[in-house]
Amino acid sequence: MPSAERCRSLLRAIEALPLAETQIMEVCGTHTMAIAKAGIRSLLPPQVRLLSGPGCPVCVTPQEDIDAILELAMERDVILSSYGDMLRVPGSRRGDSLLRRRALGADVRIVYSPMDALEIAAQEPGKQVVFLGIGFETTAPGTAAAILAARERGLRNFSVLSLLKSVEPALRTLMAGEGFAVDGFLCPGHVATIIGEKGFRFLPEEYHIPGVIGGFEPEEILTAIWLLLKQIAEKDPKLRNAYPRAVRPEGNPIALRVMEQCLEPAPARWRGLGMIPASGFRLREALSGWDAEKRFAFRTGGAREAGKKDGCGSCRGETAAGGAVLSACRCGDVITGRLRPTGCPLFGKVCTPEDPVGPCMVSGEGACAAEYKYRDVL
Amino acid sequence: MEDIITLDYGSGGMKTSRLIERYILGSFGNTVLNQLGDGAVLGELAFSTDSFVVDPLFFPGGDIGKLAVCGTVNDLAMCGAEPQYLSCAMIIEEGLPFETLERVLRSMGSAAEAAGVQIVTGDTKVVEKGRGDGLYLNTAGIGTVRHPLPGLKAVVPGDAVLVSGTVGDHGTAVMLARSGMMEGEILSDCCPLNRLTERILSSGAAVRILRDPTRGGVATTLNEFTERQPFGIELTEECVPIRPGVRAACEMLGLDPLYCANEGKLLAVCAPEDAEGLLEIMGPEAAQIGTVTENAPGRVVMRTGLGGRRILQKLAGAQLPRIC
Repeated sequence: MPSAERCRSLLRAIEALPLAETQIMEVCGTHTMAIAKAGIRSLLPPQVRLLSGPGCPVCVTPQEDIDAILELAMERDVILSSYGDMLRVPGSRRGDSLLRRRALGADVRIVYSPMDALEIAAQEPGKQVVFLGIGFETTAPGTAAAILAARERGLRNFSVLSLLKSVEPALRTLMAGEGFAVDGFLCPGHVATIIGEKGFRFLPEEYHIPGVIGGFEPEEILTAIWLLLKQIAEKDPKLRNAYPRAVRPEGNPIALRVMEQCLEPAPARWRGLGMIPASGFRLREALSGWDAEKRFAFRTGGAREAGKKDGCGSCRGETAAGGAVLSACRCGDVITGRLRPTGCPLFGKVCTPEDPVGPCMVSGEGACAAEYKYRDVL
Repeated sequence: MEDIITLDYGSGGMKTSRLIERYILGSFGNTVLNQLGDGAVLGELAFSTDSFVVDPLFFPGGDIGKLAVCGTVNDLAMCGAEPQYLSCAMIIEEGLPFETLERVLRSMGSAAEAAGVQIVTGDTKVVEKGRGDGLYLNTAGIGTVRHPLPGLKAVVPGDAVLVSGTVGDHGTAVMLARSGMMEGEILSDCCPLNRLTERILSSGAAVRILRDPTRGGVATTLNEFTERQPFGIELTEECVPIRPGVRAACEMLGLDPLYCANEGKLLAVCAPEDAEGLLEIMGPEAAQIGTVTENAPGRVVMRTGLGGRRILQKLAGAQLPRIC
């Protein structure tokens, strides 16, 4: 049966379920994009709402970290290497970004993996090459492997700025929040590839909320949604794996071992969620020679201003030149599912992909970018 | 409004349009330039120019030299002209091996021969190390207009939108070559199109407009067709020919083939009754990807495989590879 046909039969199966008002949250930027691209939201029954959670690594990075990265890029003899996603993320000043800093003379290089950054370090011994380690458990092992390789090769001019984060603590914080009303989680297939099914069992076991690990094809996403709605209708919350071709119960032990060797949990600040204990990864003490945070006295959100509540807008307005526009940015609410992108007063008017105010409009995995790029015309 | 030019202004998308319309047309716009075609049509003469700054200089399926010849040849061909003479200007960074230069120049020679054009004038400059990416090329070309095309004003609802082959090959091949991943598995489609346009335009088919979807890709070029026009274009997702390898690579890099550059494909809008004949001329990988509609004027709309519809916008800025 062709995929479109299977999708249609899944949609029929979903419609046949006895459904009350239901909210499902996806916590993976790739899911956000895939759902928007296939127009899945418009195909589901009206009582089923899909919300985007804190699944876009660029979007959850707090504003002060973004601003500090922009400053780091201007340091003498620094080559800042990053995935492409980061280049357009707006700083507190309207129009500011790594792309702009590069045009002003900063040496910012797009890399496809941290290993590419390592090669740059080998080729440019007179420069300090900093890799921006951003992402969840999906990218953490690769970043960790690059750090170990740098030690192995004795590359002292390479360092990693770890803004890596862990999904589980963010979900726990979200669920403990006021007015939390999500009935089930579409769990991120990529993260689960690393941490395994076991990484999401806490959802049904501790919070009595069902979770389904899903793949990224429209058919795989619909299968996961159907399994979630079925559990919700049957009031039988479990963790199901609808992406077994990639996800094993125990995850990827090799990747987990590399992470364990290199990284340790640390407090981290999230846009929209504030300080969360043990929700970030920092380099272990033995590897501090490759830790950009120590080398450049860079203070990530995790290490300072602990306890300060991060509403995206409120914290940005303080430092912003065009304070009124910036403080109206609702990325923090979008990331936590409190607001759909179209509910933000700036969406599509003041804030567009070519002239973004918040990171959600500009990241390749941002909820606002997805909504803007794939908005329906009907 | 930004106060400096960032890379996004070179992407061929929305910001490039802004740069051209606000600054270039604002400074020396005229009736010919204001049409913003692939080239200028001056009575029987067509005239076009293009600069080439590709990194790496050599990529699977082509190199900067072949690209420089094909780029200008194709721009002239899209005007309904027979390309005849090209110029070539080179900006060479000191340190470039003669061997590299020679390879590029030989490649230009054979591309010119394949396209049936002569390179008749040129210029060379050498800049200091670090002030150029090895080699930048510029070509300009003139040709004789054999088949004047009526252009966008002749487009009417019901017209067919055709593409001459698979979409996104060049952009993906270059991006992969740059990343060092899957190198060689996907080839650039870089090739001269003037022989194809000659066959298309001498067939007698009612062709309204031809355009080669280079920077910004198919999605951006189609948006240039519909911009400020009383019609829209509706595409059917599953009709857009995309190589499986290109699709997979784009998924991996977080790119969209519809926004990736093509260097050997053309888009044609023609009367519906002529679509079939033109597809036959274009070859087995050509396809009708959409239709001109009265709905959603000014817009390009994609009908998805699942039956949803979404707007396809111009490229906002350069496509950048993503995290995972």
